[in-house]
Amino acid sequence: MKTLLDQYQLDITLQRLAHQLVENHPDLSRTAVIGLQPRGVWLSDRIVALLKQITGSGQIDYGRLDITFYRDDVHQSNALQVPSQTDISFSIEHRTVILVDDVLHTGRTIRAAMDALLDFGRPAQVQLLVLIDRHYSRELPIQPDYVGQTVDTIITQKVKVFWKEKDKKDEVVLLD
Amino acid sequence: MSLSVKHLLGIKELQPEDMHRIFQTADNFKQVLQRPIKKVPTLRDTTVVNLFFENSTRTRISFELAEKRLSADTVNFSASGSSVSKGETLIDTVHNILAMKVDMIVMRHAASGAPWFLAQHTDAAIINAGDGINEHPTQALLDAYSIRERLGSVEGRRVAIFGDVMHSRVALSNIFCLRQLGAEVTVCGPPTLIPPHIASLGVRVEYDLKKALEWCEVANVLRIQLERQHKPLFSSLREYALYYGISKSMLDSIGKEIVIMHPGPINRGVELHSDVADSGQSIILDQVENGVAIRMAVLYLLSGKREME
Repeated sequence: MKTLLDQYQLDITLQRLAHQLVENHPDLSRTAVIGLQPRGVWLSDRIVALLKQITGSGQIDYGRLDITFYRDDVHQSNALQVPSQTDISFSIEHRTVILVDDVLHTGRTIRAAMDALLDFGRPAQVQLLVLIDRHYSRELPIQPDYVGQTVDTIITQKVKVFWKEKDKKDEVVLLD
Repeated sequence: MSLSVKHLLGIKELQPEDMHRIFQTADNFKQVLQRPIKKVPTLRDTTVVNLFFENSTRTRISFELAEKRLSADTVNFSASGSSVSKGETLIDTVHNILAMKVDMIVMRHAASGAPWFLAQHTDAAIINAGDGINEHPTQALLDAYSIRERLGSVEGRRVAIFGDVMHSRVALSNIFCLRQLGAEVTVCGPPTLIPPHIASLGVRVEYDLKKALEWCEVANVLRIQLERQHKPLFSSLREYALYYGISKSMLDSIGKEIVIMHPGPINRGVELHSDVADSGQSIILDQVENGVAIRMAVLYLLSGKREME
């Protein structure tokens, strides 16, 4: 087991990601943040809180998207996924949507997320923010716009992200 | 997170955990049904055949919509105008359909037990859409789901089932489902329409409409199934309506608001008066709406693992 980010490093990384968002989206009212259920939401909660802190604005459109019914492996594993809540209470038409997930690996989750998102309307642009980008493991041509950390991994390894809110610690580790 | 069963033949074979899982999944599908695009691609690699050997409007449309909302391919079959009238057996009919690579079967049949028989002879997942006077599991699930939605829970609720309990698969499935989920159940109707020994299923029996209404929080009113009554069991529909028809004035005299349910089709003026059926305390149309979400959940949870070539 190797620590990729400890609490201090994670905090700095989140600050950087939030500042990058503010830098690239001066008018945040044209932008919406959507976290992917279930694990991306822990990250998007933090990012949105930081965005509010940095801009001093309480108004950021923030939703959660569940992609269970859009997966391409529904009938390949024995265990079906437990669906979570989708909660997008605003229109995404002509907006910039930032999808947020914790770990980018094969890219299949993001493919499903884009399909799920487009069922809600036609955004002007979709961007992707991830905390960990597992390099060289993509199965689809998908790249993130904002990356916390890029790591080289092999397929048998696992990246696990712990959040204070549910795991009592902030840490990102690489498991062999 | 699949179910403990491979087919949905009857409520009798489900565990309470299965029912909660179905409800939880239906919550998600209900959300999908509120969206501008009411469709998800989940079952795009699945073909479902709707085998209806008996007439149906609501259930067949509900299943077909559920399948389409999940992007499954659907084939419809009804017994009239098919080879069944040429003397083909049930197994032959089904084997012929399965030879065309169908993954799931939704079946309604006039013979009680027909889906169990079929399950012994095929590998496809079977969903019972009503078999004779035995079970109608998806109806019971959507009824319990509608109670849960309206009252917050099923456990501990007092539910009365009124009418033709003798010939009703809805009644039987409802009893199994509600008892398993911890509700108290009373059946009420004329003695000729209440099967003997029904109390052995853990339900109370009440012959007086008013007393049953005073007891219950939810009234599930069933249709008089004249087509299944081979000998007269009450003197006339008018007399039945007089003693067992539920009217607004009767409900008002009880002094509490009862939730009114009906699996449809309603015989207005017989078991239910129009002023009750169309009132705010009736959740009859919510039941229909929930039916699609419940059936989507059942189809999804039974769709299972597919071998990849």
